[in-house]
Amino acid sequence: MIARLLRRLFAHLDGPLLGLLALLLLISLATVYSASGASPEKMVAHLRNIGIALTAMFLVSHIPPQRLMQFAPPVYVLGVLLLVGVALFGVVVNGSRRWLDLGLARIQPSELMRLAGPMMLAWYFHYKQSTLGPRDFVLAAVLLALPVGFIAKQPDLGTSLLITASGFYVLFLAGLSWKVMVAGAVTAGAALPLAWNYLLHDYQRQRVMTLVDPMSDPLGAGYHIIQSTIAVGSGGMAGKGWMGGTQAHLDFLPERSTDFIFAVFSEEFGLVGNLFLLILYAAIIGRGLWLAASAPSLFGRLLAGSIVLTFFTYAFVNMGMVSGILPVVGVPLPLVSFGGTSMLTVLAGFGILMSLATHKKLVKT
Amino acid sequence: MRTRLINPEEEFRRYRQRMEIGAVVAGIMLLGLFVRFVWLQVVQYDRYHALAENNRIALVPAPPSRGVVYDRMGTVLAHNYSAYTLEITPSKAGKMDDLIDQLAAIVTIDVGDRKRFKKLLAESKNFESIPLRNQLSEEEAARFAVNRYRFPGVEVKARLFRQYPFGESFAHVVGYIGRIGQKDAEQLEATGRSANYRGSDHIGKLGVEASYEHWLHGRTGIEKVETDSSGRAVRVLSRTPPVSGHNLWLHVDSRLQQVAERMFGEYRGALVALDPRNGGVLALVSRPGFDPNLFIDGIDQASWEVLNHPVERPLINRALRGIYPPGSTIKPFMGLGGLELGLRQPGDTISDPGYFTLPGSSHRYRDWKKDGHGMVDLKKSITVSCDTYYYGLARDMGIERMAGFLRQFGFGQKSDVDLDGELPGLLPTPEWKQRRFKQPWWPGETVIAGIGQGYMLASPMQLALATMTLATRGMVYKPQLVKAWQDPLTGKVVHATPTRMGKLDFNERNLRLVQEAMVDVMLPGGTASGAGAGAPYLIAGKTGTAQVKSIKQGARYDEHRTALLHRDHALFIAYAPADNPKIALAVMVENGGHGGSVAAPIARKVMDYWLLGKLPDIGPGPAGSAAAEGGAAEEEQEDSVSLEERPLPRVEAGVEE
Repeated sequence: MIARLLRRLFAHLDGPLLGLLALLLLISLATVYSASGASPEKMVAHLRNIGIALTAMFLVSHIPPQRLMQFAPPVYVLGVLLLVGVALFGVVVNGSRRWLDLGLARIQPSELMRLAGPMMLAWYFHYKQSTLGPRDFVLAAVLLALPVGFIAKQPDLGTSLLITASGFYVLFLAGLSWKVMVAGAVTAGAALPLAWNYLLHDYQRQRVMTLVDPMSDPLGAGYHIIQSTIAVGSGGMAGKGWMGGTQAHLDFLPERSTDFIFAVFSEEFGLVGNLFLLILYAAIIGRGLWLAASAPSLFGRLLAGSIVLTFFTYAFVNMGMVSGILPVVGVPLPLVSFGGTSMLTVLAGFGILMSLATHKKLVKT
Repeated sequence: MRTRLINPEEEFRRYRQRMEIGAVVAGIMLLGLFVRFVWLQVVQYDRYHALAENNRIALVPAPPSRGVVYDRMGTVLAHNYSAYTLEITPSKAGKMDDLIDQLAAIVTIDVGDRKRFKKLLAESKNFESIPLRNQLSEEEAARFAVNRYRFPGVEVKARLFRQYPFGESFAHVVGYIGRIGQKDAEQLEATGRSANYRGSDHIGKLGVEASYEHWLHGRTGIEKVETDSSGRAVRVLSRTPPVSGHNLWLHVDSRLQQVAERMFGEYRGALVALDPRNGGVLALVSRPGFDPNLFIDGIDQASWEVLNHPVERPLINRALRGIYPPGSTIKPFMGLGGLELGLRQPGDTISDPGYFTLPGSSHRYRDWKKDGHGMVDLKKSITVSCDTYYYGLARDMGIERMAGFLRQFGFGQKSDVDLDGELPGLLPTPEWKQRRFKQPWWPGETVIAGIGQGYMLASPMQLALATMTLATRGMVYKPQLVKAWQDPLTGKVVHATPTRMGKLDFNERNLRLVQEAMVDVMLPGGTASGAGAGAPYLIAGKTGTAQVKSIKQGARYDEHRTALLHRDHALFIAYAPADNPKIALAVMVENGGHGGSVAAPIARKVMDYWLLGKLPDIGPGPAGSAAAEGGAAEEEQEDSVSLEERPLPRVEAGVEE
């Protein structure tokens, strides 16, 4: 009786994926513990964040895909409206207009768009699947460009690029023509100098320049990259041991429990630890893609695939930034960095993935 | 555009294909990251490891404690004590004047502190911390600590300070340390010693502090400290402790030094006393002195001006750098030369008419005694300081031979005492004159050189050294200040061995004759009989007078009329006991007048203390003040031979006309 109840409760959770995620969260706990200098407050907050996010994943995994599909357009519209609201009444913090003050709390609508964007596109392709044509791809691109444009204007280049990526994954999986992709890539390449000169803000240009030559401003813009690269490199083969990272514990690493937590991990666990982490991420992505492919509906497959590939993108961009091959963008290491919002969106995404893959008894379309 | 119907199977196949492509690309990118990690963590590991260590580890110098200087009895002449200073690092501090005003509200900062700070600030580099106030009281240090957060770049440091408890008594012996200046830094850099001075602020500038800097400073230790990103030390990783400097013991006796110093009273002058048994410097006085403590952290303008008084010039070490014509003190050496060179026999006598003339010249080289000394042999020539005898001897000897003989005693060259800044004096030769003035040597110049006038110059140190060489019967020791030192590592005290520079071979009879004559100088009938009166030991001495202003031929020398500053310098050399010398000394009193009346009594008191342990009755310059009145006591006059005559004007050197 109880066993059956439990089985029903966990019916929509994928065991192997859950195991892999749990392993990653354990790594996160150990690393945040070290990065925060064994701060109990931080650990309590981190455990709370993980608890909330896991609960969200659990709950979301029970939502049937049809319901998610129904939600997609209204959530997207709400998101876009909020972005318009931000553009009109947003609160400026650190030079960026990203937040909307609702009196009770400040919200960042761009976070909502991380899931609402690909959901909307997946919904659109699902809706149009029987009559899919090039025109639909154009329309889908417009649906994507609308929120991305608002977010890029805030300015929040990192988020807008990542939402573009997750939208692109939907288009890609839906069968975007190779010709268009090649043409797009060529156009983008050609437009790069223009974008450099006219679209990017000074600080964004500087971040890229810093990547090319961090030593040009070692105590200013280059400081983050220099110190994180030193942390990673000095970790060596086996690392300095848990809690033994000098870069982290002597305050040389900035943002060490959030965006730069990978530097702490890398310094303390070395190449061996990094390899393990890469394999863990690869396994999660592999299992995720496998689950995505087993989703019964096109909506499910497209959305699930996009969620997994976006997860990969976040991990790649973060590790690339910390190890000095990508510019500094405010992207946390998914499921490892300290921070409630990121934890929640990523695990809720995996909840959706599990829901899409495990609700088999669907009306085949 | 055509709309086509896609069957689910085809759609799914394409989806799978796209997904596989996505998976492969993701895999390749993760592999790319791995390659990057291998590059950073394996290939470039050494570099990043070093960078991380550089980040984390700071090497903090641990300055050593400077060696202590003692006198021969173990009395402290220079030592260290610990105290708080208030220091400002200009690069970290804001506007200096406002800052000092604000600080003045918390700790006392007087005008002198401000002035000194300004001076140091102008001399220093921006990143050094500069002391504003020294020796903060506990209360002031605590009051600042509370307000510290308001003053970035300002801190209280506990430092070791140097102190010279005897003040001006040993300024010219022990010297002082001062802050390392630009020149010192360059010097340290050039000699490869700058690493050892990381963390040191001071360096020896004068005296033993300067000449024994390499021993006194010690070896700087290093603390390996782990620091966080703000540079705050987190913990000490390892520590190479500093090695203190050597402790030094000097030959100098602080009480003897003070006795000698007091005897000078208000007079300017110098005294050097040597130990004939080993060349040790028993006393080295240069008056006036100055307080070396003023210099340690930069001297203020007012004190500096006082110290640069054009006449007093307390900063000049007169014992080493004060060079004067040796006057009659050269006569024993000249006399010995006459005997040794076979120019005179002990029994040879001259008849002294009170002057000397060169053949074919009417110029009279006058004796200090107008009517002459009558029949004079060598012994008497020293005892009564007969000038005429030496005019003739000098002419017979010639300037070249004279210079050659006197050089053996150390005239005209540095004594190589272990102090910096010594002047070599001058032993003139025709060659020197040609080089210096592009003029030939005149015979008359040889004549006056015979009584130590003219170009010849000697420092008190040189006179003392030459006198010691007479006392040792020709054994030449290098004058030496340092008697012993303590190795800071083993704690072992090492005694300096006397440095023998050579042995002069004199005919025993000749030497004894000169020595006996010098003993007679101190006895009734001698020029220093006053100073020698009542001595329970035998003294060998010789008086002298260094002329300050040349007197015109025919003019009478009247010291009453002569401005005080134009009065002769009084000189006296001596050793005692004459039969077993334990002290050899030279005294020079600037503008003191006659050697017998002013310089010799000082020497007598010094010898009394050294040989008998007798402390003089301390008055304000007992010997000096009487003479300063202008009415020098007759019995102490150099010309005491003729007591019946009133003090005579006296010229020791004629001037070519």
